[in-house]
Amino acid sequence: MKKIKKKIYLDYSATTPVDLRVVRAMLPYLSEKFGNTMSLHYFGQEAKQALEESRELLADLIGAKPNEIIFTSSATESNNLALKGIALASLGNPAFAKASAGKHIIISQIEHPCIMESAKWLEDQGFEITRLPVDKYGLINSNDVKKAITKKTILVSIIHASNEIGTIEPIKEIGRICREKGVYFHTDAAQSFGKIPIDVNKMNIDLLTASSHKMYGPKGVGLLFIREGVKIEPILHGGGQETGLRSSTVNIPAIVGFAQTGKICQKEMEKEGRRLKKLRDKLIKGVLNKIPDSYLNGPPSLPGSFGEASHSEKRLPNNANFWFKGVEGESIIVKLDLMGIAASTGSACSSTKLEPSHVLLAIGLKDEQAHGSLRLSLGRWTKDSDVDYLLKVLPGIIQRLREISGKL
Amino acid sequence: MKPYYSKEVIKRFTNPKNFGEIKNADGVGRVGNPRCGDIMKLYIKVGKKGIIKDIKFHTLGCAAAIATSDMACDLVKGKNVKEALKLDYEKIVKALGDLPPIKIHCSILAREGLKAAVENYEKRKKK
Repeated sequence: MKKIKKKIYLDYSATTPVDLRVVRAMLPYLSEKFGNTMSLHYFGQEAKQALEESRELLADLIGAKPNEIIFTSSATESNNLALKGIALASLGNPAFAKASAGKHIIISQIEHPCIMESAKWLEDQGFEITRLPVDKYGLINSNDVKKAITKKTILVSIIHASNEIGTIEPIKEIGRICREKGVYFHTDAAQSFGKIPIDVNKMNIDLLTASSHKMYGPKGVGLLFIREGVKIEPILHGGGQETGLRSSTVNIPAIVGFAQTGKICQKEMEKEGRRLKKLRDKLIKGVLNKIPDSYLNGPPSLPGSFGEASHSEKRLPNNANFWFKGVEGESIIVKLDLMGIAASTGSACSSTKLEPSHVLLAIGLKDEQAHGSLRLSLGRWTKDSDVDYLLKVLPGIIQRLREISGKL
Repeated sequence: MKPYYSKEVIKRFTNPKNFGEIKNADGVGRVGNPRCGDIMKLYIKVGKKGIIKDIKFHTLGCAAAIATSDMACDLVKGKNVKEALKLDYEKIVKALGDLPPIKIHCSILAREGLKAAVENYEKRKKK
């Protein structure tokens, strides 16, 4: 096999490299500042100070108070804690004393697997789950949320931006509805945090999940914003760290890195967002123009790409997702990889599954259409020439695979 | 660590020798379903004494599905149809070096495709 020197990473939604500025901030906390935040001595207090400063910094990015942020190991853990923690707390709530009351949770059909599976588990435990549909762009109708809320509803959890098709949900509107109805509102912001503005107060968010490794920070750390007064039970019990909500020795180097990357993302958000949108639109236009029978999944980012108005503001600046007629997604990924381009089908998690993506089915794609999908996600080190290279090789790959598939 | 796909799978996937259609094929088999993502169509041309003279495929599927289709064709070309039916998926996997566990079903698909094509051939012969 010919070795290809080119290495172009177009899978930033799966994970990102750690920015060197972040690595530098983390380094002292791996060796000389190694203390355990629970220790009373100098080393412990030094770590504790770094923890609290990181908390303040990240809280500030979304308009939260420091005591409303707890650190976890991942977005998956934060999402599990949000759903299961709220569900458990409702069981002990006198307002929901009746066996059947207070056991209803609303999610959407396009949530990340860690929400889908947590909800499924709660369903097995006797909770009632409503999974709201989306339109062809992946958008949730806030009226559907309003209609789905009953007296039994304890929580609405809607993803802020889709990890697969980049759709940005109307969470401000949904938050307002939940607040009016007196129902907790959680949003999984793993893909949007650090990329687009978030204000937990203006958006009426009660709980919010974010993840460091999706935004140029280290893996192994996430956060959950929990609004003051929200009743939630821990799922990890032990030494009582994170105000008893998440026992475990705190991962200081990763948390310091998370805060540092948050600071950088915030500072560069506007400029970087503009840059990425331009690249994304060039990519989308290029693919749709150069490849026959190719279609964009998610909100159109350019006016007229489907003879319709642009919904650029409803799509993450770094996401493009397509489906190609007569081609299977995995074979595109392998071909691209051989050409030095890293990309993904629906999502990285789906690579161990054979079923088509639940998100693509939810926007109305047929099985074979969903199987022919390709996600390209851009990031901080994506250059204009990377998009040019992709546009140069992808049409040939699709054509070749269509020759092999014949007219199946 | 072993690469996800063996060299042989990548080779066959990148440059399959047997894809295409046989006009006036003696048997055609179509297997797979859109749900799992792989669809395969197999064409055979059968000569005297039931020898498979030519065999070609069209496969809409993952790299493993394309590679197993191509390999299955090579493994039965020149063989009697009855003998060809004895081809089991393990033989295809072995010939390919290996397949990731989740892709083993692709080799079963190739075997099913072959079976369908031979059955189609025998049905036509009876008419």
